[in-house]
Amino acid sequence: MKTNIIEYLYESAESFPDKEAYFDETSSYSYSQILSEVEAIATKLIKKSDTVCRPILIYLEKAPRVLCTFWGVVLSRNFYVPLDTDMPDYRIGLIVENLKPQAVITDIAHFDKARSFCKNVYVYEEMIETEADRDLIEERKNSAIDTDPVYVLYTSGSTGVPKGVVVSHRSLIDYVEQFCNEIKISDDEIIANQAPFYFDASLIDIYCTLKAGATMGIVPKDYFSLPLKLLDFLESYNISTIRWVPSAMKMISTFKGFKTLKPKALRKVIFGAESMPVKCYNYWHSNYPEATFIQIYGPTEITGVCTYHYIDREYLEDEVIPIGKAFRNTEILLLDEDDKLIRRSDIVGEICVKGSCLALGYYNAGEKTEEVFVQNPLNPYYPERIYRTGDLGKYNENKELLFVSRKDFQIKHMGHRIELGEIETAAASLPGIGAVCCQFDKEKQKIVLFYESKEWDDEKVMESLKKRLVRYMLPNTLKKVEKMPLTPGGKVDRLALKGLL
Amino acid sequence: MDELIKILKSYHPEVDYEKESGLIDKKIFDSFDIVSIVGELMDEFDIEINAEHMVPENFNSAKAIWDLIVRLQDE
Repeated sequence: MKTNIIEYLYESAESFPDKEAYFDETSSYSYSQILSEVEAIATKLIKKSDTVCRPILIYLEKAPRVLCTFWGVVLSRNFYVPLDTDMPDYRIGLIVENLKPQAVITDIAHFDKARSFCKNVYVYEEMIETEADRDLIEERKNSAIDTDPVYVLYTSGSTGVPKGVVVSHRSLIDYVEQFCNEIKISDDEIIANQAPFYFDASLIDIYCTLKAGATMGIVPKDYFSLPLKLLDFLESYNISTIRWVPSAMKMISTFKGFKTLKPKALRKVIFGAESMPVKCYNYWHSNYPEATFIQIYGPTEITGVCTYHYIDREYLEDEVIPIGKAFRNTEILLLDEDDKLIRRSDIVGEICVKGSCLALGYYNAGEKTEEVFVQNPLNPYYPERIYRTGDLGKYNENKELLFVSRKDFQIKHMGHRIELGEIETAAASLPGIGAVCCQFDKEKQKIVLFYESKEWDDEKVMESLKKRLVRYMLPNTLKKVEKMPLTPGGKVDRLALKGLL
Repeated sequence: MDELIKILKSYHPEVDYEKESGLIDKKIFDSFDIVSIVGELMDEFDIEINAEHMVPENFNSAKAIWDLIVRLQDE
């Protein structure tokens, strides 16, 4: 039984030493090249510090070498925390304050920036020159246990402070074993990666590739604005599998891209992280009737995926594509308002998850952890944690789970999870702004920010928000209001604002 | 043209569309902006924009987008 995620790397490096493992348009790594950089980085970290199970930030632009830093950190028995290099300083500040990182790994180009938020800086270009010390590595590796954290990923938090989800080796190994086995990724597959590495949708690409000894190519971000380049990438690299967010797939369906070019090797299409428009799915399915289409579902707090559904037919526009059933070794509990188990179809309840996939909790946020990682209300006899997703679901008559909506003000927009409260907090903190309220216009799929202000206009508000929020959280539409409508209780009247959308 | 500017402003009010000529090259519009904007343009101007039209030259400035719309309306 595996107890450390790094074992997959050693296995693939032994079975497929010279095979291309990870590439982008400017670099390519074989499995043995990955391993040698990983060992160099780990040696450097072990020699510099005795501390284990501490967070190490990764501040690098997306590229295959980023994975070498992830696993170098893991091999030193610490855990990696990827940061987006486009993230505004304000948000980096919030994360650093919460995380108190041990160190940051960056490159020469980002050295000054990294230094500004973390004193202890390692430079990638220097680290990989370190001579690997196998004895040292072996000793550190043998001390590791599978409840050690492997990574922390930050997601949006309703109070304005991002939440760091801490995931253990045990959970990630469970993910790899159950999920990668179920979707049958084999060593001859070439996966085109879309999701950023700081987002758990990339776990499939990174780890199913690693386990199978397959190949993963990073699609340049710009190509998701240029459908022809995107299709050309899939065609010229013989891509067989994609795991994209539906918004990225829409880039091809909106422009009827397959009319121009239909990549020939594509045979597996996996999507999740937001609801799939039926029109978009039908377009893909009708162009690839022989391909396997899988919808997956799961929040970061349960290691990315907990349910899956093989889609085998076209859907009508008013139908909902199911999120399906739980993976092996994971259990879904649908609980009603009184925490009673729902078994019958068509009754809405909260989707709760049980199993090894549960994250350890939120980093340095005990109270927030206790709110959602709770004792299983169906079991009063011994400690057993479940995760309350805050997502509402129901079963259809075929016992397949359907996603219904959120319980709170969290939304999924372009595949990203966003707390509207975080946008409101950022907007309310701007000096020129009075009351604010953020709403999601479901029909147009837009984030709308209502604000009161005497001096500021849309232009100024947007400029300032850019310094505080990551790009995907920026409102799509700003609406200045004379006076925010209030309920008799003095709270912002969200219903009244809905009428102004 | 005013109608177009209004749509573009609703996405990025901070941009000066009279002057800006690097909407794509400078990554002012990301891919998700593009999909939504083009969706609106197709509805608003009753045109069909397909994959071949999706090149930076056609979307780098408001003027270029407008030229594309006019061209497609003539077809």
